[in-house]
Amino acid sequence: MSDTIVSLPDQSTARIPKDNFLTRENGLLSWLLTGDHKRIAILYLISITFFFFIGGALAGLIRLELLTPQADLMATDTYNKVFTMHGVIMIFLFLVPSVPATLGNFFIPMMIGAKDLALPRINLLSWYLYVIGGILVVYTMVSGGVDTGWTFTTPLSTHYVNTNVLSTGLAVFIAGFSSILTGLNFIVTIHKMRAPGMTWFRLPLFVWAHYAASILMVLGTPVLAIAIVLVALERTIGIGVFDPAKGGDPLLFQHLFWFYSHPAVYIMILPGMGVISEVISTFSRKRIFGYTAVAFSSVAIAVFGFFVWAHHMFIMGISNYAVLVFSLLTMLVAVPSAIKIFNWTFTLYKGSITFETPLLYAFGFMGLFTIGGMTGVFLGTSGTDIHLTETYFIVAHFHFVMVGGMLMAFLAGIHFWWPKMTGRMYPEKISQLAAVVTFIGFNFTFFPQFILGVLGMPRRYAAYPPEFQVLNVFSTAGATILGVGYLLPVLYLTWSLKYGAIAGNNPWQATGLEWQTQSPPLTENFTEIPVMDHEAYDYEWLERQQQAERNRDGQNPDRQKVKEVASAG
Amino acid sequence: MPDSSAIAHDAPEAGGIPHGEHPPYLRHHFASVEQQADTANFAMWLFLLTEVMFFGGLFTAYLIYRNWYYPAFVAGSHQLNVYWGTLNTLVLICSSFTMAMGVWCAQTRRRSGLVLCLILTFILGLGFLGIKTIEYSEKIEKHHVPGFHYSLQSFLDPDSDAAAKAAGDRPLPLDMARHTEVYFSLYFLMTGMHALHMIIGIGILGFMILRARAGAYTAGHTTFVLNFGLYWHFVDIIWIYLFALLYLISRHGA
Repeated sequence: MSDTIVSLPDQSTARIPKDNFLTRENGLLSWLLTGDHKRIAILYLISITFFFFIGGALAGLIRLELLTPQADLMATDTYNKVFTMHGVIMIFLFLVPSVPATLGNFFIPMMIGAKDLALPRINLLSWYLYVIGGILVVYTMVSGGVDTGWTFTTPLSTHYVNTNVLSTGLAVFIAGFSSILTGLNFIVTIHKMRAPGMTWFRLPLFVWAHYAASILMVLGTPVLAIAIVLVALERTIGIGVFDPAKGGDPLLFQHLFWFYSHPAVYIMILPGMGVISEVISTFSRKRIFGYTAVAFSSVAIAVFGFFVWAHHMFIMGISNYAVLVFSLLTMLVAVPSAIKIFNWTFTLYKGSITFETPLLYAFGFMGLFTIGGMTGVFLGTSGTDIHLTETYFIVAHFHFVMVGGMLMAFLAGIHFWWPKMTGRMYPEKISQLAAVVTFIGFNFTFFPQFILGVLGMPRRYAAYPPEFQVLNVFSTAGATILGVGYLLPVLYLTWSLKYGAIAGNNPWQATGLEWQTQSPPLTENFTEIPVMDHEAYDYEWLERQQQAERNRDGQNPDRQKVKEVASAG
Repeated sequence: MPDSSAIAHDAPEAGGIPHGEHPPYLRHHFASVEQQADTANFAMWLFLLTEVMFFGGLFTAYLIYRNWYYPAFVAGSHQLNVYWGTLNTLVLICSSFTMAMGVWCAQTRRRSGLVLCLILTFILGLGFLGIKTIEYSEKIEKHHVPGFHYSLQSFLDPDSDAAAKAAGDRPLPLDMARHTEVYFSLYFLMTGMHALHMIIGIGILGFMILRARAGAYTAGHTTFVLNFGLYWHFVDIIWIYLFALLYLISRHGA
């Protein structure tokens, strides 16, 4: 067993193919008016990274303020604005579109053997909507911010704050439509654009996960849209639907809001789970254990995800019966999530594992997501939830799932597909270091917050009692390590664009259709539409293909020569 | 599931149809015109699904408050003019008919028929909005628009109000009468959101009339007309529900 599966072409002769989606057309307009899903994915990647670092800087400010018990770095209302903007940016401008709009956009058509998404212009429109939403958020920040928390809870957001609820609401509304269009595009593409022979149960699990997430985007996001419209109208002309003084009910807002915003966490995590399936299979050289179960568990998460929203409202005055039912339904979501974790573990069992960076991030995902998921059970149990809700326990829980889970998956995916997207390898050693730094920094940052929460430190305050300081210092120190862990990839990935080793078509020896094309791919992805004649993750098929190629080349020395000349030229 | 025999789609044999042999409206990433039309149609149905969810939030609010403030909702519905409402329903159903005829004309390549149908749909859509304006102005005159000028007069003292008197309303207690404002909030929200969809639809219709005159939809590529037809029928159906919920239900209750 070798300690790496990376097989690169001979670096002295290998070249990046002259004709690819990056070089086919040039100029700014060719990017801004493109219909190519790969280019749109790159546009998304740049804009998402931009907002991630704005949101990250805000997180840095939060941790810096919490270094000391007093509210001394900023005024308390500024602190409210900072954590609100952190939440809004990270959720609506980073987590929701992160994997789907970049990796999903880039690879779903390639994985199913299509030339593009079904609706390329809608795809471009969704990027523009995202950008408009992003600009509105930036406008909100420079014009005074908003301090309701990312949940816009009524009647706070409708009656009691003077900050820019309207511009933030509009930003979320527009970014929401971007998400709806992405989801709609994915569903249509997966239904209608599959290559011959690409049946539903030959789809990579990445595609299944995106299919499930897309259902949530399409069904959930419009409800958020109408909830925000109602908040805006309540704030401007006082329609009274959420105003108790007029007979309205603020709780209705929470029902509508969480009807989207709970499924939204599955919109965020499901595509990440798709990435992990691809990475685990590739680096253990095995078909995913229980393929069908993993595929259906994605759909099950999407379906169950729609019936658990009220667990965000256990202390908000809903009836005891509702608490009971929603608590039970919440526990049910743990089942499909556990199916995934178990099946990934069984896939690794007796696999030929090699520890490249994507797998390190995937391991980070599995461990941290499991902790995040298990602590979710504490919160789904109504008795413990009453003690733990609105404390740092909740903050730690969703950061374990979203940052420890989703962000790890995003980084795993970026490293995994970087050779395909750019044609060049990232530097292996330093990226392994970055993965380890991220993992350590993450645990230092967020694990102490579980303890703080159990001890009773409430969330969303700039000041806290002095006895909580030690753990808060731990957390802030960890955040600086985490920050380094996130900056490193930006630096070395940018470096690799020019200096990275030439990756060749299939550096990981992976089985997906996207790896059977040149890197970076052609604008039309495939020279001819592939015909899928084997199951997903069939490594024996890959071996047979490579053997056949070797035989062809071996029998015909001229051909070998021609190939070398061609690749040199 | 052993479904290796199932072949997904009618992609072309080996490399696709050579360029120049396919109709100009076939976009490069589709294998065939059927696949393209099928895809656009499916996407439209999904979009309508998101619209159902969007209106779903409003219908949810309506159901909850109707249960809580039933007498106020009954008294509120007595203030709506059921004759204008019925007329508007008829106008919309007629417009759906002309739209459906338009789709048929496009599919059978009748250019002047298509233009005529679209213009009729356009006029009927405007007619609906006109009647809606008359209804809204009645509400404004009677101070039934939620907000600072909202008046409870018709509900506290039904005898002073012709519509309430005709329906035989009895005076509501003050706290229930106040909740008629929630009813009118929902009335304006739901019909307003519907009217917004109508306005968008009429705008697109105007664009389509110009394109149809140039013969854009009668050369075999009818996807746009077909999808717009789905949208128009959907907006029509939303109105049918609104008409029933806001005007008709419990009209003779309480």
